[in-house]
Amino acid sequence: MVVDPMILEGAIALVKIGILLGVVFTTVAYLTFMERRVSALIQDRLGPNRVGPMGLLQPLADGIKFMWKEEFIPASADRKLFAIAPALILVPALLIFAVIPVGGEVTIPAFTLFGLQIQETTTTLQIIDLNVGILYILGMTSIAVYGIALGGWSANNKFTLLGGIRSSAQMISYELSLGLSIVGILMLTGSLQMSKIVAAQDTFFEWFIFRQPLAFVIFVIAAFAENNRLPFDLVECEQELVGGYHTEYSSMRFSMFMISEYASMVAASALMATLFFGGWHMPFEDQVGPGLVTLYQVAGFLLKTGFFLFVYIWVRWSLPRFRYDQLMAIGWKVLLPLALLNVVITGIWMLV
Amino acid sequence: MSYLPLILLVILVLIVAAVIVTLSSYIGRKKTSASKLASYECGVPIKDSARKNFSVKFYLIAILFILFDVEIIYLYPWAVVYGDLQLYGAAAMGVFFLLLVIGFLYEWKRGALEWD
Amino acid sequence: MELYFFLFFAIVAVASSVAMILQRNPIYCVLLLIMVMISIAGLYLMLDAQFVAIIQIVVYAGAIMVLFLFVIMLLNLSREEGGVFRIQKPLAVLLAALLFLPVAAMVMSYAGGGTTPPADGGGAGFGEVEQIGTLLFTKYLLPVEIAAVLLLIAIVGAVVLTRKGTVSVGE
Repeated sequence: MVVDPMILEGAIALVKIGILLGVVFTTVAYLTFMERRVSALIQDRLGPNRVGPMGLLQPLADGIKFMWKEEFIPASADRKLFAIAPALILVPALLIFAVIPVGGEVTIPAFTLFGLQIQETTTTLQIIDLNVGILYILGMTSIAVYGIALGGWSANNKFTLLGGIRSSAQMISYELSLGLSIVGILMLTGSLQMSKIVAAQDTFFEWFIFRQPLAFVIFVIAAFAENNRLPFDLVECEQELVGGYHTEYSSMRFSMFMISEYASMVAASALMATLFFGGWHMPFEDQVGPGLVTLYQVAGFLLKTGFFLFVYIWVRWSLPRFRYDQLMAIGWKVLLPLALLNVVITGIWMLV
Repeated sequence: MSYLPLILLVILVLIVAAVIVTLSSYIGRKKTSASKLASYECGVPIKDSARKNFSVKFYLIAILFILFDVEIIYLYPWAVVYGDLQLYGAAAMGVFFLLLVIGFLYEWKRGALEWD
Repeated sequence: MELYFFLFFAIVAVASSVAMILQRNPIYCVLLLIMVMISIAGLYLMLDAQFVAIIQIVVYAGAIMVLFLFVIMLLNLSREEGGVFRIQKPLAVLLAALLFLPVAAMVMSYAGGGTTPPADGGGAGFGEVEQIGTLLFTKYLLPVEIAAVLLLIAIVGAVVLTRKGTVSVGE
């Protein structure tokens, strides 16, 4: 029996989604562990090293602990919104991964499984290659604002409300620079499609880091601010706002905020690799044997993403925090004009 | 183009989110008291509601964000076709861009970006 | 298959807009309106208008609704205040009925044949960014520039309205 092409497409998509979600959740779990180990390294202490060999089972223990913790909702909170808010952050953070290409095309040879004939199919290592890929990412980041704003508002607590408002104002301010910094790349590529942006960087010296260095700097700073990471973590600065918008959250709902924060960090790192460091293209691709080249490319992509994740942690434990007025000044008076300038420079450069 | 993979992803992600949100309501012990459920305020008795009027600065930021967001949205389709339009495209966007920069300089000079 | 998706998005859009009108808590209204925007984006996507669909999410759901939310959250409009405009409800019903007539007439005219969409769905690349970009900056350049002027006026207006220390009447 030959499998219907549409069912086959759905099955392949499900397999890809399963792998993607599995990898993202595992990365997020181990990122929290990495964060604690790297911070310990930077601060010259040991960090968690008791659960399992070298503490490697620590994320598992954390997860179980979160699940069994008591969940309480403040009496004055809006219970429905309080429950929805964490989901409103997690969903867009995970949906971003749909358009990020992890590798090139892969051909699955024809085979027979339980009497089902499966014909030879080619698929890309990407969930969906939207024509408006970059805008899709911007749309998802702009929806993430609601989770934070509503999470802060619904608890009816002064600290959470302040944290939520501050954070949403910060996120929308930096979203402008984030969106503008990419325009230079789009001009050079002539497409919003992620696969074409990667294809435009197939040789090493065509990587956009060499052609759009200013855009990269703006993008990295704006991405840090979008993820509310230090030096822009005014949202949850412990000394002023206790925990920011998630002060009143407990148990799994609290962990959802953490999962979303780390998932969007992974997404941002993957985007930095995709937009500026050639995506899954690697130097010396043609010298790797045909059977191994996809593996080499995917490994390269993961390595680049991993590097940026390390930078995230490294920066967090090295830099102090900005003041709120400084934060807004950087966003509006430094990054935005620089991003505009970048568009102008790219425009002129393309003409001559 | 088929959107099937995207639809599947959206459904799965929604399921994952719903499961996590409801999971801890069922596991974990429940032992509440009035002071435990009170909003956190550094241990001090709570003084009136947190939901109060806020500084007008935040509205201004939101309004300016919408306006610049729309301008950036115009830049995207332009950037895609700029390679084909060349000088004509530069001129067409030049006027648009100039108006954008004038607006930006105006709000800067008027102190709309000062945060105090 | 297509019919089911259309019905899904259409029902979600209509149901959330009705719920939004009936809802007394403004914050829930905002969330329901976002639902409406997203389901409309879904309908656009079904018409192969990817760019319009994503703009619907970025601009309406992601920017304009943020302002709505800010205003409602920060002005502390926790409950809708009724009874201020007594004439509002009958007037609204009347206006809705008046607006409904042309829409219904249009739908009826389509059902009886009307204009049929091109068989090839508008040709290759329909609704994609490249096509929209070319059209916007060649054929429709003037409206785009007018939009820029409009946005400039809006920026000036926003700054003037919220500026501190506005000159009082006496000066």
